[in-house]
Amino acid sequence: MNRSTILAAAAAAVFHTALVFSLYLLFAGHNQPGGGFAGGLVAAAALVIRYVDGGAEAVRALVPLAPMSLLGAGLVLANLTGVAAWLAGGAFLESATWSWDLPVLGTVKTSSALAFDTGVYLVVVALVLMVLRTLGEEEPA
Amino acid sequence: MNATAAIAAFFLTAPLVTWTAARRGPRAAFALAALPMLLTVAWATAALPTILDGDAQRQGWSWLDALGLRVDLALDGFSALFVLLVAGVGALICLYAAWYFDADEPVGRLAGLLVAFAGAMVGLVLADNLFVLYLFWELTSITSYLLIGTKDRQAAARDAALQALLVTGAGGLAMLGGFVILAQQAGTASLSALLAAPPSGTAVEVALALVLAGALAKSAQVPLHFWLPGAMAAPTPISAYLHSATMVKAGIYLIARLSGPFAEQVGWWRPVLVGIGLATMVLGGWRALRQHDAKLLLAFGTVNQLGLLVALFGAGVPELTFAGVAVLLAHALYKAALFMVVGVIDHQTHTRDLRVLGSVSARWPALTAVAVIGSLSMAGIVPLFGFVAKEAAFEALLHGGLGAATVVAAVGGSVLSVAFAARLVWGLFGRLEPVDAPSEFGAGPTPADGHAPGATPVPFLAPAALLVGVSVLLGLWPGLIVPFVERSAQSIDPEATGGLYLWHGFTGALLLSAVAIVGGAVLVGSRQGVARLQATLSVLPSAESAYRSTVRWLLLIAGRVTAVAQSGSLPAYLTVILATAVVVPGSALLAGRAWPQDAVVVESPLQAVVVAVTGCIALGVIAARRRFAAIVSLGGVGFSVALLFVLHGAPDLALTQLLIETLTLIVFVLVLRRLPDRFTTTRWKAARASRLLLAGGVGVFVTLFALTAAAQRSAPPASDGQVARAVPEAGGRNIVNVILVDFRGFDTLGEITVLATAAVGIAGLVRTGRRTPAREGERP
Repeated sequence: MNRSTILAAAAAAVFHTALVFSLYLLFAGHNQPGGGFAGGLVAAAALVIRYVDGGAEAVRALVPLAPMSLLGAGLVLANLTGVAAWLAGGAFLESATWSWDLPVLGTVKTSSALAFDTGVYLVVVALVLMVLRTLGEEEPA
Repeated sequence: MNATAAIAAFFLTAPLVTWTAARRGPRAAFALAALPMLLTVAWATAALPTILDGDAQRQGWSWLDALGLRVDLALDGFSALFVLLVAGVGALICLYAAWYFDADEPVGRLAGLLVAFAGAMVGLVLADNLFVLYLFWELTSITSYLLIGTKDRQAAARDAALQALLVTGAGGLAMLGGFVILAQQAGTASLSALLAAPPSGTAVEVALALVLAGALAKSAQVPLHFWLPGAMAAPTPISAYLHSATMVKAGIYLIARLSGPFAEQVGWWRPVLVGIGLATMVLGGWRALRQHDAKLLLAFGTVNQLGLLVALFGAGVPELTFAGVAVLLAHALYKAALFMVVGVIDHQTHTRDLRVLGSVSARWPALTAVAVIGSLSMAGIVPLFGFVAKEAAFEALLHGGLGAATVVAAVGGSVLSVAFAARLVWGLFGRLEPVDAPSEFGAGPTPADGHAPGATPVPFLAPAALLVGVSVLLGLWPGLIVPFVERSAQSIDPEATGGLYLWHGFTGALLLSAVAIVGGAVLVGSRQGVARLQATLSVLPSAESAYRSTVRWLLLIAGRVTAVAQSGSLPAYLTVILATAVVVPGSALLAGRAWPQDAVVVESPLQAVVVAVTGCIALGVIAARRRFAAIVSLGGVGFSVALLFVLHGAPDLALTQLLIETLTLIVFVLVLRRLPDRFTTTRWKAARASRLLLAGGVGVFVTLFALTAAAQRSAPPASDGQVARAVPEAGGRNIVNVILVDFRGFDTLGEITVLATAAVGIAGLVRTGRRTPAREGERP
């Protein structure tokens, strides 16, 4: 496969930016547009750019984890968030918020919903990774 | 220690046992497996004094309040009998299994499942709530299925396991239906409350019939008896435990409990159960007589005794119930021991075939002694507990007022059990004549050539010897166990009472015992004639062949239905789905005549422009001749819709739509690499016209439906309150996200589960498609 130099340069430039943006969406999602689903999609799109540029090998090198493990981890995290609320005496998936006073950032509010959203994020990324691995693995004959 | 802790101990130990087996080998694993069993025995024994006084230990906690489900556990006399049998015999089985399996055998799954099974069984007999009982009931079915299929590389073992699961599982489903009706009618799911104030009526009788179907299937009663001999495909420790002493008694347990009030109240209860039980007893004994695999002989012997137990408990007569408890105890003691002995012989000589074993057994005097004493107890011969129990049963039948026919049938069944016990001893001591009748369950085991049997380790034989020793002890001094048997029986029927005697004079029962022994001796003496009769009768249709043809027909019909309903043609599926969508809600729309009154079609000129552009791109999709062009145009439609969302002030939705469209496009392109470049168009004009009609219909319907639905609001929007609650309750200002992760978090959890399932499914499908040609050698 002939790789396009322009695409390769653009992919390298966009990839990390997109990843940072996806994390921003994940963290800001509770108050601004975004969230785990959108964040996961942006991260997945970043991986797809690398795939278009370098093929399945490039993606495999970037994410050495088995997509199936990532998928499981996401589901487990989301479920654990729900169970944790249970154990804390609340209803399943009931969210709690904590405020932290950090030296540089000032007061930061964290919600347990962030953990749940991270689970969603992981599942979405894993789904796209699995599609890339299964449908995009080799050039069909 | 209490009931909950006892059950939990089993289920917590089970994974540890599996873990230990992989690292430390079978001995360590079974030593650990014995731990919860011994703990439970200690707990139940400690509770015995209070139970003998007539007090039950009760414990309960709320499980699912919304469904009114409570976990209620009760340890009364009858439960204690079962708990002690399950855990006590289980502990001995663990000791036995530690020597049965070689040090390098992978027993992790088996040992863990054995413990889980024991836990389910303990839970079943402790449960005082119908649905908790059902839960444990099904757990025993499933663990038993997995245990029978331990040798999962053998087709016969898998078949036998599936057969057991189908029969007991189908029975279990019927039982669940029965439980639901019973709980509805009684207004409570509590077993003790239900038995104390039994509901009545036709619905209750239907429910009881359903429950009985499950109990009879589990306890291998005619005509569902055939799964039990098949279950002998399991390793012998499993057979000895599940299919003699414990699981098959679950059905007996339930029948005994329900017979308390219902045998009197429901007209058909007594004749049906006594009839089925005695028929099973005779049939099981008769079939046992033709077996030459010692394990199968014992399995049919179990069917024989289970039949007697169903008849005794099902009658719901105080004396019979008392005798039933004694027979149940006697059977568990000798049957587990005999299975263990057969397992030892199998382990040492690699055969269980009674025709070739012969003098081999004479080399091990201790083993032979245990086998003979166990068989004598099975035959009901003095001075063993089997005799005492059988005497009690005959005595009760003579005075139970069930009629002479039941006495005759029970004696007939006992004649057969004497005969098959003699056959077993004969096979172990001497040598059965080689009969030409083929074994019913495959070729049967053959002895290994030139295998010199070694000495039997003492711990290997000790469990069987201990059980047989108890049979002797209780046979000589039956008074030791009378209070316990009486208390157990009284837990079911407060009037149940009776006595156990080694000698109670020249009574009718003694005469019947003598008849059974003499009859058995006559059958053994004329075994050639019996074998000929067996061969003649074997042409009759058996329940097992009925089962096999049922399963075959079921698979055939399922195959046909699937071929029609799931043709595999995507256009056909789409046509069905879309046509249904247009016709069903579409006719409702037309019938309702609720036309949009003052629907807002366009809010701003910009929207109209975007919609017009979207329409043009959509037309491009239709006009496209190449798949790639169609996909790209479809993506364009998606992007314009995202623009529409922006105009409506929904940035979250627009962002998601944009990202989804992008990724969908990429996935489509990946799929396109496997598809032809251009669409294949049908030349058949009618087909094209009908597709056009369908597509147009869907478009018109969706538009009308959206307009109508938007104008039909009758309740305030659900989102009103949520917007106000977002910050105080969930601490977030983005209402969309707050709804997703908090207010409707459970929905999201379900959605990502579906997403993950779909991902796994896609991966599986694509990989399967890829592997098929490789198997045929076309592509590596």
